[in-house]
Amino acid sequence: MKELEPAMQWVCDAAVIRDPTGLHARPAVKLTKLAKTFEAAVEIRADGRNDWTNAKSPNKVMKLKAAHGEPLHIRAAGCDAEAAVAALVALLHRDFVD
Amino acid sequence: MSARAATRVFEGIGVCGGVALGPLYVLRGPAEAGRVAGAPEEEAAALQAALAAASRDLEALIEAEDALAGDILEFQLALLDDDDVTAPVLEAIAEGVPAHLAWVRKMSEEIADYRAGGDTVLAARAEDLSDLRARVLRHLTGAGRPLGDAPDGAILVAEDLTPSAFLDIDWSRLGGAVTAGGSPTSHVAILARARGVSLVVGARLPLEALPAGGLAILDAAAGRLTVNPDRAARARAEQAAVAEAADRRSLVAVLHRSAKTADGRPIRVLANIDAPQLLETLSPEICDGIGLTRTEFLFASGSQPAEEEQIAFYRRLLDWAGGRPVTVRTLDAGGDKPLPGVTVDGESNPFLGLRGLRLSFARPELFRRQLRALARAAAEGPLKVMLPMVTAPAELTLARALLDEEIAKLLRAGIACARPPLGIMVEVPAAALMAADFEADFYSIGSNDLIQYTAACARDNPAVAALADPRSPAVLELVRRVVAAGSARGVEVSLCGEMASTPALVGTLLDCGLTMLSCAPAQIGPVKLAIAGYRGANDSGNTGSGIDDGE
Repeated sequence: MKELEPAMQWVCDAAVIRDPTGLHARPAVKLTKLAKTFEAAVEIRADGRNDWTNAKSPNKVMKLKAAHGEPLHIRAAGCDAEAAVAALVALLHRDFVD
Repeated sequence: MSARAATRVFEGIGVCGGVALGPLYVLRGPAEAGRVAGAPEEEAAALQAALAAASRDLEALIEAEDALAGDILEFQLALLDDDDVTAPVLEAIAEGVPAHLAWVRKMSEEIADYRAGGDTVLAARAEDLSDLRARVLRHLTGAGRPLGDAPDGAILVAEDLTPSAFLDIDWSRLGGAVTAGGSPTSHVAILARARGVSLVVGARLPLEALPAGGLAILDAAAGRLTVNPDRAARARAEQAAVAEAADRRSLVAVLHRSAKTADGRPIRVLANIDAPQLLETLSPEICDGIGLTRTEFLFASGSQPAEEEQIAFYRRLLDWAGGRPVTVRTLDAGGDKPLPGVTVDGESNPFLGLRGLRLSFARPELFRRQLRALARAAAEGPLKVMLPMVTAPAELTLARALLDEEIAKLLRAGIACARPPLGIMVEVPAAALMAADFEADFYSIGSNDLIQYTAACARDNPAVAALADPRSPAVLELVRRVVAAGSARGVEVSLCGEMASTPALVGTLLDCGLTMLSCAPAQIGPVKLAIAGYRGANDSGNTGSGIDDGE
């Protein structure tokens, strides 16, 4: 695991959750699986909340209670941060379809 | 085990199946198995091994199950590979906590967390965590896959079985099961009948005193378990098993023919489907369609199924049936079928509460989505829609209005759909008494609930099971009334409850005038055989049902 620089450069973006049940079960599993394919630290945040959550933990993502129709904020830091954020945004845009 | 150990006989209520001779396998909870904790390093290794074994279980299950079950299990599988879950457990182990305690504490904490806060979808996932907690614990305590260590042909004895525990067991290897709790109309009983598993429920068993591994005879038809049978009893059991094999051969002979009574009356026999897996092993050629599809499994994951997911299942039913009619019942949750996130918790009497159609009206979005999916599937084949737990005609009127609205919306959006016949399940005495007042396109009698509500005997209470008599004059009078209402209004009447899956009751039902029965797939053969042996009561020289054995 690569050590992150003390002053992390976060790459940020957001996308709206289209799944009618929000970010639950199946979407949560897909999102964490995708996040885990990147070396970068990937975090997400529900709209209107201040705390960031590790996007690689299905348990944490499930408990985020990110709702349908709301934007999900995504940030990543590390060597492949740009690609990680782009991939997660794309996943949300295509409503978790493979 | 001493060969001279005394023979002991335990009586219960036979649900279905025949005679089996095999070793006893006594199911004890994983907590009782206990384990001796080692040093922290050993405990950490034990946890890792248990997590890996649980992952392998889940991967194998995902492989074997349909896509829906797969989605549910994927979440559990993902949790096993979540540092957020496992790291704190390993930390506790490093501090000297035994692996099983550290695991259970962390998972129990998470389960409480999921249930707190009133988020219904999250609360429903708590079931997954609890399932996972048990699965890993089984590996830690060496119990492995449920009954993986049971010898072939074993007779399972347990305090009780939950539907999920029942489905987790490979019954093709076992002789059958006896439970201390349960009732013949419980969901486990329904599952057992559909799959032809020999099952006796409500047996008063001293679980701790039974000789695990000792020889026993299960006579599921008689509702009896004989522990340490003598030589003569063993010989009789072996003979009975041979006779049953011969019976099975005569069943094969009637199975592929349309059912007809001995006096030549045609009777339609349909299948009850409670899970998509049943379709894989069942030939549509042996039945006249599907008389009851239970859709609860679609909603069992706690996440509500999308319209497309539902349509895919309904389409699969129509494809399987190949032009035969397919009756789909709308969601029938509540009562003894709680559904996390949908049913209401804490009702003082859930059987008399918000269940069936009543619950659907309280969850209009869920109901409308199912009606929409059904109307769209109806464009592709002979699909019928059946409403559960209807009490008053106004409910049918309201349901029809909702269906009409959804169809109008689909048509406006240019989406193909059709208006399916809309019928009612008759399971509330009020509906049975006034059946002719309902503008239903068909009636289907749900005998389990009709008996429960007529006799005021809870389906899940073995103490009153004897009073819940399907042959009671009151129940049969209600059945006859529904048949009369159907012929007066010129619509079909069928019976899809457990009575139709019980060969000994077939004659009684035909006496009531029924010509259409929908039964558990495993009972289609025995029911057809009973029909073939039936001669109408008006027939000269016969006063009985022809099936009744008079005992």
